[in-house]
Amino acid sequence: MRAWSWLLALLLAACGSPPNSPYPSGEAARNVLFSNFGPSPPKHLDPARSYSENEIVFTGQIYEPPLQYHYLRRPYVLEPLTAAAMPVVRHWDEQWRALPADAPAQQVAYTTYDIRIRPGIYYQPHPCFARDAQGRPRYVPIDPEALRRIRRLTDFKEVGTRELVAADYVYQIKRLANPRLSSPIYGLMSEYILGLKEYGRRLEQVVKDLPEEAYVDLERYPLQGAQVIDRYTYRITLRGRYPQFIYWLAMPFFAPVPPEAERFYNQPGMGERNLSLDWQPVGTGPFYLAENDPNRVMILQRNPYYRPDFYPREGEPGDAEAGLLADAGRRLPLLDAAIYTLEKEDIPEWGKFLQGYYDSAGITSDTFDQAIRIGPDGRPDLTEAMRARGIRLTTAVRDSIWYVGFNWLDPVVGGSSERARKLRQAISIALDYEEFISIFLNGRGIPAHGPLPPGIFGHRTGEAGINPVVYRWEGGRAVRRGLDEARRLLAEAGYPGGREAGSGRPLTLFFDTMASGPEAKSRLDWYRKQFAKLGIELVIRATDYNRFQDKMRKGNAQIFEWGWNADYPDAENFFFLLYGPNRKAGEGGENAANYANPEFDRLFRQMKDMPDGPARQAVIDAMVDILRHDAPWVFAYHPLSYGLRHAWVGNVKPNLMAHNTLKYRKVDAAARVAYQQQWNRPVLWPAALLAGLAVLGVAPAVLAYRRRLRAGALERARP
Amino acid sequence: MTAYLLRRLLYAIPILIGVNLITFALFFVVNTPDDMARIHLGAKHVTPEAIARWKAEHGYNKPLFYNDQASGVARFTDTLFVQKSLRLFVFDFGRADDGRDIGREIASRMWPSLAIALPTLLVGLAVYVSFALLLVFFRATYLDTAGVVLCVVLMSISGLFYVIASQYLLGKLWNWVPISGYQPGWDGLKFLVLPVLVGVISALGESSRFYRALFLEEMHKDYVRTARAKGLSEAAVLFRHVLGNALIPILTGVVVVIPRLILGSLILESFFGIPGLGSYTIDALQAQDFAIVRAMVFLGSVLYILGLILTDLSYTLVDPRVRLE
Repeated sequence: MRAWSWLLALLLAACGSPPNSPYPSGEAARNVLFSNFGPSPPKHLDPARSYSENEIVFTGQIYEPPLQYHYLRRPYVLEPLTAAAMPVVRHWDEQWRALPADAPAQQVAYTTYDIRIRPGIYYQPHPCFARDAQGRPRYVPIDPEALRRIRRLTDFKEVGTRELVAADYVYQIKRLANPRLSSPIYGLMSEYILGLKEYGRRLEQVVKDLPEEAYVDLERYPLQGAQVIDRYTYRITLRGRYPQFIYWLAMPFFAPVPPEAERFYNQPGMGERNLSLDWQPVGTGPFYLAENDPNRVMILQRNPYYRPDFYPREGEPGDAEAGLLADAGRRLPLLDAAIYTLEKEDIPEWGKFLQGYYDSAGITSDTFDQAIRIGPDGRPDLTEAMRARGIRLTTAVRDSIWYVGFNWLDPVVGGSSERARKLRQAISIALDYEEFISIFLNGRGIPAHGPLPPGIFGHRTGEAGINPVVYRWEGGRAVRRGLDEARRLLAEAGYPGGREAGSGRPLTLFFDTMASGPEAKSRLDWYRKQFAKLGIELVIRATDYNRFQDKMRKGNAQIFEWGWNADYPDAENFFFLLYGPNRKAGEGGENAANYANPEFDRLFRQMKDMPDGPARQAVIDAMVDILRHDAPWVFAYHPLSYGLRHAWVGNVKPNLMAHNTLKYRKVDAAARVAYQQQWNRPVLWPAALLAGLAVLGVAPAVLAYRRRLRAGALERARP
Repeated sequence: MTAYLLRRLLYAIPILIGVNLITFALFFVVNTPDDMARIHLGAKHVTPEAIARWKAEHGYNKPLFYNDQASGVARFTDTLFVQKSLRLFVFDFGRADDGRDIGREIASRMWPSLAIALPTLLVGLAVYVSFALLLVFFRATYLDTAGVVLCVVLMSISGLFYVIASQYLLGKLWNWVPISGYQPGWDGLKFLVLPVLVGVISALGESSRFYRALFLEEMHKDYVRTARAKGLSEAAVLFRHVLGNALIPILTGVVVVIPRLILGSLILESFFGIPGLGSYTIDALQAQDFAIVRAMVFLGSVLYILGLILTDLSYTLVDPRVRLE
């Protein structure tokens, strides 16, 4: 037993850092952030293709579009990132005559955005920029013999850089139309960027005539809607007016891509080594992807060529008190690197966070009770166990909405008839989302009164913000209307007690969903009970993702649940989900309910081109009133985002619009090491106990074995 | 024997074509290329034009089995099935839908799977056989009964419980080893302790009972009585004679699991963060990446066929009476 204990102690001592540390010894003492990704690795890191949240965690730090969201100020404000100033926006009529900024939308034939970028911005080190003594690209074309020795990007011995120029931004806009890239925003942007649709068609022909994987030299094909003005200035031309386009300029879709990188990666033999822009991005951002093993670990390293960029000097009230301005004016990024480890399951992720091996963590339903307690005032707070570890909690309302939609094309629940409207309103009252949020979200959500979440211009709070169809204002708060009101509306709709007035047949409605599994079952049971409160029988039509999408596209669903995460913080990005011409059935748009109301559509067209201000607020109010009255959705909830972080992580302020927030983070590595040592001391007594139990278990067996050996053959042969 | 092996390898070709055909048909009955495009393009801004572009880019814009737009043999060859399947027979797995090379992924993910599966198999085999032989040694005693009860208890517990309990106790509470993770090379040994331990313990009950039954059957045979009559110790009887004669069913069970060593374990890889082939397949199914699913099913079939041939070969090694003709 003593030998056992000694061996274990020796092994533990040999490790240097705590034996359960998943990192090499000494790693925790570096100025590095430890985080995780998963359950699935990112699929696309090419800025023309990447559109998922788990991808933008990386692309947001590597690629730099011309604009960014201010890290601290709220409501969200755009500011220049690589741009020297905000874009110069000008409007033109059909004959290219200049129009004033407030010209009516119908007069505006074109809008131009002139963007001047700052000189002196350089790309990360990369072999695509390496040059030989004659100034020719070192690795283009690459010698097949040399390529044979290459397995990863770091095997290229020579790297280089070059200055960012306006042409790189224009090149990336052209890439959006490259048929080989299938950019998810090509369809949308081709409606706005002048000539992009024709450009895409032309590229389809070009690609058809080229061998597979051959380089498509986009510089040979000009695009009318994206042109270089001078070395540091480029112009984007849109058809008509699209004020929300400015927000797209803060997304990696509009970040620069150097043509050298694409030429470098599009050489024979590169693809089969997984060397591509999708795998190894090339950007000007504060970090570059130094290691990309999406099956295990992804490491962002500080870009040695990153330009002078500084922590903001001002925020909103309370930021200074929260310590968020302590680093004002410091050069960014504050970290040397960030290490992301693949975690496919919640349980190990949570365990490692509590051990201090991840600097931050989200909260799942399984871990909610361990981490959060809801105070008497209904506000979330950390549990004692979390406080004892110095863990901090941050919460923020996500720019999202979940809703239950009624298919406007359905003969029972859809359409603008008084009967259907009252039926929808009755259901809106009966679906108790306060209860839903409490049961299924552990309080991580706020009931929605309209399509706009808090923080988006147009959202109203207090009495002015309640949905009067579903709530009334009592004692300074919104109170859901009673079931008697819902039943009255149901009776007025022709279904007294949930039965058809004439025939007396029970009203049966159908809920289409792709949810499955035990967790979904309890949620669907909840829906059944909510409808049953009105005497309505709800039939769940569960199906898989593909069939569900198919039903939605064909307009065959009746009632369904759906959600939306905003692309940008503007009311247009929510109201367009209910804009008639944008319906899903037949048009393939995002209006999943296929809602159509000419007055709402008219107001939408008016609102989307207006600047934020009282006039726009008035139009938004009118639109929200229409929606509350028509009730094409049951406005369910806006989810709350909960995040936990350790005491050694600083400068954390939730910014759900910005994607490049890693550069502001800081860690106190010494404190992290101290905590990790304290929390992860190996417990040795169980080893001794296990050894003792093993001896106790083995001893009788040894004795019996000896007795058997001494026994005669006949005795041994007994069964 | 060479003729036998050649014959078995030739049999493999129609089997592989059949497996490929069934995989193809099953996959495309559930998913159309349009469905696959929608999954890959995401939930937002998906237009019919974008779907058509995605299909063209990934070669899914051809008919499944018969191309009435083509002429001659191309009616059959210029189809999705032939274009996507033929290259498999030269182990050219092509690209996944995210553009990554499947062959390279398999080659790199095979080692983490093997790093868990091989020690689990070897340690497990030694433990199960030894434990079963001990139970047989103590047959009809309270130790045998206790051992069988222990086996039944171990069999009754879900594999997931072992994973979570071991992570909690050894990783979180006692801080002996990392809860999860993987690192190539010798530095990664500490990551393998838990998954191997769980892999061995979770199969202890089932395997030991199986081997115990095998050995008990052998114990009643004449050669055992003869060995005892010669005055051999019970240990020599068990380990030299009984084990040797029970090797054929043991080998049958062991060699057949060789494909599983390479193809990986879903639960272990998922919970312990091991980047092996088990999680690769499941991720592909969830993402509806037909290229990976097809490659993994094909690879699995090839490995099973090879495993069965190896089993036959191994019989000739342990039993001189067996001849492959």
